[in-house]
Amino acid sequence: MNSENSTPENTNSVDTEAKPNASRRGFLGIAATAGIAGALIAPGVRLIEVAQAAPATDGVSKGADSKVRWGMLIDSGKCSSGCTDCVTACNTENGLSGGTLPTDSQWIRKIEIKEVKTGKTQSLPMMCQHCAEPPCVDVCPTGASFKRADGIVLVDKHICIGCRYCVMACPYKARSFVHEPLSNQKPDVPRGMGTVEGCTLCVHKVDKGESPACVSACASAGHEAILFGDLNNPESDIAKKVATLATRQVRENLDLNTGVRYIGI
Amino acid sequence: MALTFRLPSLGALLRLMLLAFITLAATGAMAAEGTKTAGSRVSAPIVEKAKGGECVADPAFMRRNHGDMLKHQRDDTMRGGIRTGKNSLKACIECHASKTTNSVNASGSNFCQSCHNFTAVKIDCFECHASKPAPTAFHPLVSPHGNSAETAASVKLRQVVVQQQVKP
Repeated sequence: MNSENSTPENTNSVDTEAKPNASRRGFLGIAATAGIAGALIAPGVRLIEVAQAAPATDGVSKGADSKVRWGMLIDSGKCSSGCTDCVTACNTENGLSGGTLPTDSQWIRKIEIKEVKTGKTQSLPMMCQHCAEPPCVDVCPTGASFKRADGIVLVDKHICIGCRYCVMACPYKARSFVHEPLSNQKPDVPRGMGTVEGCTLCVHKVDKGESPACVSACASAGHEAILFGDLNNPESDIAKKVATLATRQVRENLDLNTGVRYIGI
Repeated sequence: MALTFRLPSLGALLRLMLLAFITLAATGAMAAEGTKTAGSRVSAPIVEKAKGGECVADPAFMRRNHGDMLKHQRDDTMRGGIRTGKNSLKACIECHASKTTNSVNASGSNFCQSCHNFTAVKIDCFECHASKPAPTAFHPLVSPHGNSAETAASVKLRQVVVQQQVKP
């Protein structure tokens, strides 16, 4: 600024330059008041908890509830060897190609396990186990791999850089990388090249109060091998079964507290 | 007299590059089926009419803030599971999809693409997100906004269709 120039025009320009400062100060004042109001809600209550406690409007989702833990119970005794209805339903629902090349995405697959001594074989579906302590979230360098409040483990593809550390970290081989450009994705299931993806527990359906596609398909095939529900609600079918029957987690030695449990393995 | 060449300064180079970019963008927009507005050298984008009703905010506000609105809602939806917000990309597409291509970015005259061509801003949304509204299944009672209008008959119909798809 020219200090030697003291024309009236220059004084005006100083005044106009001072205005943004005043408004900035005003903004800071408002922001500070808002901060105090936020802090005054109650000791120990954070804004997020207030937001989550908001009552649900009729028939529409109020968002992921931290009191809920979505999970699945898979009865391998009821799962029929050779039946791939859950896999097909998943592919149809999420717009996957259904290919089985190493570069094709696979969110759920059927596996056959065999007891070496007796030769007894069993069939079961394997997918993201929606761990309470997910290794994929631990290793993600960008925070793209995350666990929702209700226990569903997802990938934020907006910030996924495709490094595939999560693919390496997952003990269940549940994550896939999209190698090729895609087209005709489902409106509810955005997918794209250069990002990692995996079972979302059909989160778009769960948020509407429906069951995941594999669960519905298994039931309509007459097997009813997959039970879906809230593990935290003692009144739910899944919580009752988990409390009474002998269920197991796959690789339970890793202590990941999986949301998907199995009977008869 | 010796001829001397002065290398242009970095600032001058940058200015030249910017000018080249602007010229390219302008000719690109003109090449797309734009119409010249009176008194302007640049063709205005063709904005196709939306399917119906009013937008969530007035056009001037939307033009400037739609990106922020979408970004805010996307985090609510994906991380928080709140699917009832009015600023969802899905809702935008349902209303603004072209009547001819049924998409918002299939051709240069479609809603998103025409403006983004004009401003030379690349849209990344549709590399992952569907640019077409969800098909309203096979039954007029099946609402694209969830299963509110789903009847027992439509559910049965859907199951039959799914089973037929599964069979082969």
